[in-house]
Amino acid sequence: MGTSGAAARAAGVWKVYGTGEASVKALRGVSVALARAEFTAIMGPSGSGKSTLMHCLAGLDTVSQGDVYLGDEKLTGLSDAGLTKLRRERVGFVFQQFNLLPTLTAAENILLPLAIAGRKPDRDWYATVVDAVGLRDRLEHRPAQLSGGQQQRVACARAMVTRPDVIFADEPTGNLDSRSGAEVLGFLRDSVRQFGQTVVMVTHDPTAASYADRVLFLADGVVVTELPHPTPEAILDTMKRLDALGADR
Amino acid sequence: MIRATLRGLLSRKLRLVLSALSVVLGVMFVSGAFVLTDTLSRSFDQLFSTVFSNTDVQVSAVQKLSQGGDSERVTTTIPESTVDTIRGVAGAAHADGMVFADGARLIGANGKVVSSAGPPRFGADWPSQVDQAQLREGRAPTADNEIAINAGLARAGAVHVGDTVGVLTLEPRKNFTIVGVFGYAGGRDSQGGAQVIAFTKPVAQQLMLGQTGVYSAVSVKAADGVSPDALRDRVAAKLGSAYDVKTGKQLADQNAAAAHTALSFFNNILIGFAAVALFVAVFLILNTFSIIVANRTRELALMRAMGANRRQVIGSVLLEAGVTGLVASVLGLAAGIGVGALLAKVFSSFAGGFQLAGLTVPPAAWISALAVGLGVTMLAALIPALRASRIPPVAAMRESSTQDRPLTRITVIGTIVFALGATALGLGLTDNAGGNGLWAILGGVLLAFVGTALLTPLVARPVSAAIGRLFAWSVPGNLGRLNAGRNPRRTAITAAALMVGIALITGVNTVLTSAKTSITKVANEQAHVDLIISGDPAMSGMPATYDKSVIDQASRMDGVQSASALYEDMAIVNGDHTFLGAFSDQSVVAGMFSLTAAAGDINQLGDRQAIVDAPYAKDHNLTVGSPLTVQLARSNDPVQLTLTGIYNKSDLINGFMLPATLVPDFTVAQPALGFIQVKPGASVSAIKSKVDGLLANSPEVTVGDRSDYLNQQSAAADQVLLMVQILLALAILIAVLGVINTLALSVLERTRELGLLRAIGLSRAQTMRMVTVEAVVISAFGALLGLVVGSGLGTAVVRALKDQGITELSLPWTQMITYLVLAGVVGVFAAVLPAIRAARTNVLQAIAYE
Repeated sequence: MGTSGAAARAAGVWKVYGTGEASVKALRGVSVALARAEFTAIMGPSGSGKSTLMHCLAGLDTVSQGDVYLGDEKLTGLSDAGLTKLRRERVGFVFQQFNLLPTLTAAENILLPLAIAGRKPDRDWYATVVDAVGLRDRLEHRPAQLSGGQQQRVACARAMVTRPDVIFADEPTGNLDSRSGAEVLGFLRDSVRQFGQTVVMVTHDPTAASYADRVLFLADGVVVTELPHPTPEAILDTMKRLDALGADR
Repeated sequence: MIRATLRGLLSRKLRLVLSALSVVLGVMFVSGAFVLTDTLSRSFDQLFSTVFSNTDVQVSAVQKLSQGGDSERVTTTIPESTVDTIRGVAGAAHADGMVFADGARLIGANGKVVSSAGPPRFGADWPSQVDQAQLREGRAPTADNEIAINAGLARAGAVHVGDTVGVLTLEPRKNFTIVGVFGYAGGRDSQGGAQVIAFTKPVAQQLMLGQTGVYSAVSVKAADGVSPDALRDRVAAKLGSAYDVKTGKQLADQNAAAAHTALSFFNNILIGFAAVALFVAVFLILNTFSIIVANRTRELALMRAMGANRRQVIGSVLLEAGVTGLVASVLGLAAGIGVGALLAKVFSSFAGGFQLAGLTVPPAAWISALAVGLGVTMLAALIPALRASRIPPVAAMRESSTQDRPLTRITVIGTIVFALGATALGLGLTDNAGGNGLWAILGGVLLAFVGTALLTPLVARPVSAAIGRLFAWSVPGNLGRLNAGRNPRRTAITAAALMVGIALITGVNTVLTSAKTSITKVANEQAHVDLIISGDPAMSGMPATYDKSVIDQASRMDGVQSASALYEDMAIVNGDHTFLGAFSDQSVVAGMFSLTAAAGDINQLGDRQAIVDAPYAKDHNLTVGSPLTVQLARSNDPVQLTLTGIYNKSDLINGFMLPATLVPDFTVAQPALGFIQVKPGASVSAIKSKVDGLLANSPEVTVGDRSDYLNQQSAAADQVLLMVQILLALAILIAVLGVINTLALSVLERTRELGLLRAIGLSRAQTMRMVTVEAVVISAFGALLGLVVGSGLGTAVVRALKDQGITELSLPWTQMITYLVLAGVVGVFAAVLPAIRAARTNVLQAIAYE
């Protein structure tokens, strides 16, 4: 895999919490590159470091050693203000829950990152995104009036509307029933196919991961394997193997 | 259960610290007031027992116009013959007449009268002072142009032995040479800050009592073996009921009692303001415990599920309140002792070195501290405790239990309470409360506040949204505005706490401004006077007066149309105490003050004639020709006058006017005010500066035009307003603690939202702005409520005082806008810490799912 042209990459990234005896090494020299216009899923058992890796890639967390790049820009060493600006302009987020501000309508939530940045929304793009997530008739509703699936789709639209370099999705379907989850995942995959969006998703659900173009498997803070064009069955097999490996150690 | 409560208490310390701080401040005020007044009253006890320590028995002339029950008793000063009579009483070793009267004002080195912030300014005869005073410098006064003064006065006036100084007494300025400076036992410069000027005996009699050969009191020494009490009885028997005969101890007690009365009035005012502060604290505590209960819903439900009964839940919340209240009370008491001691020191230095008794903590201080601190906290926690007890066990299993409760019930209750308050206020203000007017007004105001607070949640959302429009142009502003309206109850209680202080200030201000406007309007319309001679309302003793010759000279100036001096005094007319006046030139009065005659002649007065206003005449069934028996301050017997004129009701002048020929019997036979009309075309300012020159020997007064005079008069009202604002600042400070508390909680509760916002690109500065806007909106909301309620209260009072001459309603717009802006600024300050905390939100922790 080539590193040039990657939407985001990590180079020899270590993340250590605490010091001395009590230190926990969440990431141990991870190097990955996430290709543009690709849907990457990161999987791994609890404590494997998959969320930490995503947080480091997204500029939410700092790394202990190594470098993180978004496009050509080096994240490591950026100030809080620099990281904030970067997140605002070049990164989109979809979290597991509490994605939306309860005081704002769906439309206001979608446009919030642009409003924060003081940028004018591109009307056509906004309309495209709203139609893509199928929320045109729900725009004036507040989050409390939306179902969980609708809320997550609003969050996806919000992540899309700034045309970020990468959308990071952290267990976006973790709180949804399977049908709603399928809608959200379908939208994320379509955004890659239709609009060339780069999406990185952390999940522990093999079905969710099967929507991705590529699955990275983490264990004990290192990338142990990856699976291109995965099927749920292949993912399950890989996970079982990893569990067995873990049990052996 | 108890252990769980206490552990919970520690884990919620920040929130409790803020609520406890509000109680600490309130309790500090209460106990500080008690410590201060206790220290001062014991200091007065000491002072008077020292002053009268050498006195066995003292005979005094009862004040001719003493207030109170025995007001009909009228005596004269004590003549020499009475002193002789006392000397003849068996058991009296010797009896000495003395002169000791308030009203001797020294003109200091700077040409100004040495002021006194309360203590009297005595004029005395030197021989009567020998017992107490200790000459420090120079010698006793022996010639009629010599005086000795106490060291405190010498220092305050920056004058020394050998200086020639002016002294104002019953007579205009007279010059004396200071030949001696004296102090008192124990190295003190004064007795309780009093100024004393000692003259020779005949001079003291003439200047302080108005004639020679009389005394203000007689000091009687008992012969060996005769007790003061026995001597008193004998002297009293000899003199009859016309004199007051008291032992030194009785006099000390009597003077101390008078001081105690004054101090308890002072104490009540301080307690009143403390009550306002504590009332505000109730809102803050109520809010805190509501939030604590809401946050503990799952924990409390779990306890219920495990078998705790409702009483235990209530007990758990109240125990937490009790511990908080107790700790706050103890801290407040400690702070109060410090504040009380500090204020006593300040008082002492203002009163010219008043000797303070040692500091003790009276039982009233710690009892009230504990009762108030514990009581207020427990009371405020009661509603949240009851709410806690209604949490069903199943709430432990629910995800979220902070649903919005409907506002119907609270609105209905609020309307009823507000209506009750308005009714009580109405009854109190219109004198229909059957003698309980003050209580009806206070209760009415209290109920109106509670009612408003209960109604506030209903308007919180729309009003805060409207205020927030100002900030809605930016994203952080818009988010802050929306956050302010999210929890209407919490916003409402926080704002209501601020409302109380601002409403009271606005109300007082509305009344004062209306009064000022009314007086100005009346003065401009009805007073045809170009220049007015007047003094600052004197702090103690006699009112400021000036030399009457000034008016005589002014009336002869070119360009002066007319001039008249006004003498004022208290007198008893047909058995009623009343203020009355006498003009040096009655013929110009009607023209100056737009007076019209209702009956008889009001333009001239014969030696035994008087006129009065129509309402007084009507109330007292007086008509032209009615006989009047008038007891003046210095007349030996009442004078018989005839009412020869009645003038129509005026907003400028009321009461009796006597002929100037009776002025020598007034307490002070010098004018307090002077009025000058300038001829059309003549220069007012030229005449003003000429009159100013004439007043060189009357430093207590100044001459000014009508607006100068009105400003001078309203300065007193401005000072009242300033005091009220300072005292209410405490209530507002507590309300600010409430705003901080509410914001801190909002930030805490919205950690996830903050994390999300930060994740999608809200910068730290924007986060801080968002929190600040929320604070400003809540504060401005509270201020607006306060302005509305306060101007409403003020309007009600102004309307009720219509008959007292406050005819104009005038709202203090400038100050109201100032209060609103200040509230906004206060909001910004209150937001500082919560905003920093919000900006420091750790994004990762905030978005982590358990």
